[in-house]
Amino acid sequence: MKEIKFILNGKEVSVKADPLKRLLDVLREDEKMTGVKEGCGEGECGACAVLKDGVLVNSCMIPLGAAEGSEIVTPEGIRETDKGKCIIDAFGDAGAVQCGFCTPGMMMATEALLTINNKPDESEIREALSGNLCRCTGYDLIVKGVQIASERGKDLW
Amino acid sequence: MVGAIHELPIKGWIDTKGVKMGARISIPVRRIDAKEKAGGWTKYIGDYQFKNLQHGRFLRSERARAKIIEIKKPDFPEGYYYIDASDIPSSGKNNIQMIKDDWRVFAVSDVKYIGETIAVILGPDKQKVLDLLNRIEVIYEDLVPAFTFDDALSCKGGAVYGDNNIFSEYLLNVGNVDNAFKDAVKIVEGKYETGFQEHLYMETQGLVGAWEDEKITIYASSQCPFYIRKSVAVTLGVPVEDIRVRQTTTGGAFGGKEHFPDVIATPLAVAVNKVKKPVAMIYDRIEDISFTSKRHPSKITIKTGLDKSNNIIAMDIDTLVNGGAYESSTTIVLQRAILHGIGVYNIPNARIRGRAVATNTFPSDAYRGFGAPQGLFAIEMHMSHVADELGLDSSDFRRKHFIKTNDITITNAKMHDDVKLPEMFEKIDEMSDYSSKVKEFANDPVKGIGIAFVNHGGGFTGNGEQAIIKGVVKMKRLEGGKAGLYVSVVEMGQGLQTTMRKIAAKELGLDYEDIVYDNPDTDIVPDSGPTCASRSIMVVGFLVQECAKKLKAKWNEGVGVEAEDVYKHPDGLVWEQETLQGDAYPSYGWGINVIEVEFDPVTYEVKTTGIWAVWDIGVAIDETIMQGQSSGGVIQALGYASIEKCELKNGTFMQHTMADYTIPTSLDFPKVETCFIDNPYKYGPSGAKGAGELVFDAAPPAYAEAVQNAIGKRIYDIPVTPEMIMEALK
Repeated sequence: MKEIKFILNGKEVSVKADPLKRLLDVLREDEKMTGVKEGCGEGECGACAVLKDGVLVNSCMIPLGAAEGSEIVTPEGIRETDKGKCIIDAFGDAGAVQCGFCTPGMMMATEALLTINNKPDESEIREALSGNLCRCTGYDLIVKGVQIASERGKDLW
Repeated sequence: MVGAIHELPIKGWIDTKGVKMGARISIPVRRIDAKEKAGGWTKYIGDYQFKNLQHGRFLRSERARAKIIEIKKPDFPEGYYYIDASDIPSSGKNNIQMIKDDWRVFAVSDVKYIGETIAVILGPDKQKVLDLLNRIEVIYEDLVPAFTFDDALSCKGGAVYGDNNIFSEYLLNVGNVDNAFKDAVKIVEGKYETGFQEHLYMETQGLVGAWEDEKITIYASSQCPFYIRKSVAVTLGVPVEDIRVRQTTTGGAFGGKEHFPDVIATPLAVAVNKVKKPVAMIYDRIEDISFTSKRHPSKITIKTGLDKSNNIIAMDIDTLVNGGAYESSTTIVLQRAILHGIGVYNIPNARIRGRAVATNTFPSDAYRGFGAPQGLFAIEMHMSHVADELGLDSSDFRRKHFIKTNDITITNAKMHDDVKLPEMFEKIDEMSDYSSKVKEFANDPVKGIGIAFVNHGGGFTGNGEQAIIKGVVKMKRLEGGKAGLYVSVVEMGQGLQTTMRKIAAKELGLDYEDIVYDNPDTDIVPDSGPTCASRSIMVVGFLVQECAKKLKAKWNEGVGVEAEDVYKHPDGLVWEQETLQGDAYPSYGWGINVIEVEFDPVTYEVKTTGIWAVWDIGVAIDETIMQGQSSGGVIQALGYASIEKCELKNGTFMQHTMADYTIPTSLDFPKVETCFIDNPYKYGPSGAKGAGELVFDAAPPAYAEAVQNAIGKRIYDIPVTPEMIMEALK
C-alpha cells in the first residue's frame, strides 16, 4: 500500500492502494468514475480509454504507480466541456451510438485525435479509432460522428 | 444512401431538439439513449453499487467428459460459501428450463464439457474467492470425449445424448427428388463448413442476484428477462411471480444474452436463495470467450442435378450442426438452417435432411441469424460453384432461379412475400457497378468481386408467435401528456428504445420523447416475448402500434387510462410443427450484398475494397438506426467470414482473449454503402419487417465468392484465412 497522488479531471486526488493496482480499478472502484468501462482487461479494446497527460491510454494497462503525478482525464472530465458536448452531440446526430459500451472510449479517442488534428480525413479518423473496438456499428456512423464533431467544432480544437 | 421509402403521413408529429421531423416515420431522430451512453452516464450491470455485495465465481469442469470422483475443498472462512446442486430446494430441479431443460444447473457426478458449472464459490472479497477457487481440487476419471461431427455420428466413447447423439432430425421434401435426379444431365456436388463464432459483445456477461422484499431479484444484462424468470423459478421450484428480473442496460448481445444468462442466473439464484445477500456474477473477458456459447458449427453437403438447359431440376442437401453437450435451442437453430437451406431459389424437387448432433464441446446457442447464416453460406457458395462448373455467370445463374411470389417453398407452402429481388439487383448493380466489374476482374490476377442473395424469416418459426409466445403489450396515459409503454423486449444496441417510441408516438400524435419506456422489469411489464428472431419491431412493434391506436381512442378518459394488445397470427397462414410443413415464417426480409476484394499474392492477405448492401426490410422505422444495423451486421459477418477463427482443441477453445480472437477494427473494412427499398408489410408497424439478423446473412458468401474470384480457386469453408488461401494456391 502506498499513497499516490495524481490529477483527476482537474482535481488533485490521493489514493492509498497497491501501486500495481490497475488505474482502471482505481478509477471505477475508488473514484466511482464508471464512464470508464472494462471491455477486455488487456489493452485490446479501448473501452477503458482515458487521457494521461493528454495521451490516449488504456487504463487497464496502467498500474496506479505509473499515474503518480500525472494528469488523468476520464469521460467524466470532458463530457460537460464544450468539446465533450460537441462530440456527444455529433455522435448523437450521426447515429454513432448503439449499445454504448464502447462509446465513452470512442469519445476519448475523438478528443485525442481532434486535439492534434482538427480536420482529419476519413482514413485519419479510422486510424485514430483503430484502438477502440466496437461490435455494434461497423464503425461507419462513428466515423461520421467524428467528421461532424470536426466540422462543428472547428473553433474548439 | 436511401432509396424510395414508403410515405406515411404522421399527424401531430412535431420538431424535436436538433432534428427536423418530417412526414415519414423513417426520417431519423436522435436516439433517446445516445447522450447518456456517449458521455458515460449510463449504468451497466458492473457500474451499480450494491450494499453488502458478495462476489461469486464458478468452479468449472476442466475435463470434456469425465466422472467426478471427489471434490477436495479447503476450509471455508466464515462468510464464504460453496454452493452446488445440494443447495437446490427440494421443490426445485437441477435443470435449466430453456427451450429444452437438459442443461444442468450444476454438474453432479459427471461432467460433459470443459467449463460446465460444478459449484458457485462466493464471499465478500473477490481475491479471497479466487484463492479458495484455486485451492479446490476436483478428482476426475476421464472418459472418451466426442468433439467432431464424425465423433458424434460414430458415437465415439458412447453416446453423449440418447443412444445415437442426434438431438433432432428433420426431412424436408418438395417434389420428387429421386426421379428428378434420374433425368439430370449433369450433377454437381459440394461440401461446405462453417466454424464457431464468438459474440464478443463489448460488455461481458453479467448478472447480480439480490434478496429484496423477501424475494429474489435478478439484475441482468440480458435480451430476455422473462426467460430468466422462468428458468430461475423452475430451478428453485417457486411460482414465477416469486422471481423478479430487471434488465440493466445491455452492452451488446447478438444472441449471446438470449439463453445464456439463464446458465448464470440459475446457479446464482440458488446461491442468493441460500445466503440472502446480493451476489455478483460478472465475467471477465477471458472467462467470457472461454466459457460462453458460440455460433453452431455446420457441415452441409449439397448435390444438384441440372437439365440440358442448365436449369436446376433437383437438389439434395444434408445439413449437420454441432449443438455441443446440451440441446438448449439447438433444434430451433437446425430448423432455421434447413428452412433457409435452398436460399432464395425456386427448386422444383428438393430434399433437405437436417441433423443436430451432440458432442462434448461447449453447448452452442443463439447467435444473430440463428442457423440461417450457415444454411445460406452453403447454398450461396454452391450456386456459385454450380455456375462455375457450367461456365455461366454466377449472378445470372442465380437470378434465373429466384423464387417468385406464389412459388412453392421447401415447406410446400406458397411464398406470400412480394419478392423484389430483381429490382434490388438492378439497384445494387447500379451502386456497385457489379456487372461490369465481373467482366473487368475476370482476368485480373488479384481483384475479385462477389455477390450473395438472401432472405431471412422474421419472428418465431411457423406459428410459434401464436403457439409459444402470444406476446402482450400495454400502454397507459401518464401525467403531463405522456404515455407509458410496457413491453418485455429490450434495448441492446439495436435502437429499440427509440424505434418503439417512434411507433407509439406516431399513433398517439406525441413527440417520441414523451413516451416512457424503461428497461423491462418483470414485475411491471407484460410478457411480450424475448428480444430475438428479428421479432421485436415486426411482431412486438405491430402490437405497440395497435395498442397505441386503442389508447388514443380512450385518451380523453383521462390520466391512468390503459390499453392492451395481444398477438394474433395473420389470417391464412398454416403450419404443422412436427413435420415443418406450411408457412415457415409470417414474412421475410430480403437482401443482396456485393463485396469487392484484392488479394496480396505474397502474404495471401485479402483487402476488402468495396461493400454494397441493398435490403428489403419493408419500411425502416428509422433510416439512421437501420444504417447502423446494416453496417454493424455486415462488418460482424465479414469478421465471421475472414478473421474470426475459433478453434477447438481437446474440447477447449484455443482463443481466450481479444488479442487472439480478433474482430474487425475501424481499419479492416471500408464503409458499407447501404440502400433500403420500399416494400411495406401488412402486419408490421408502418410496414416494417424483421431486419436485425438479415443484415448478417449475405456478407459471408459474398466475401468468399469475391476471394475465390480473386484467387481463382473455389472456397468451401469460412473463415477464409490467409493460411487457407495459401493451401488452396499450393
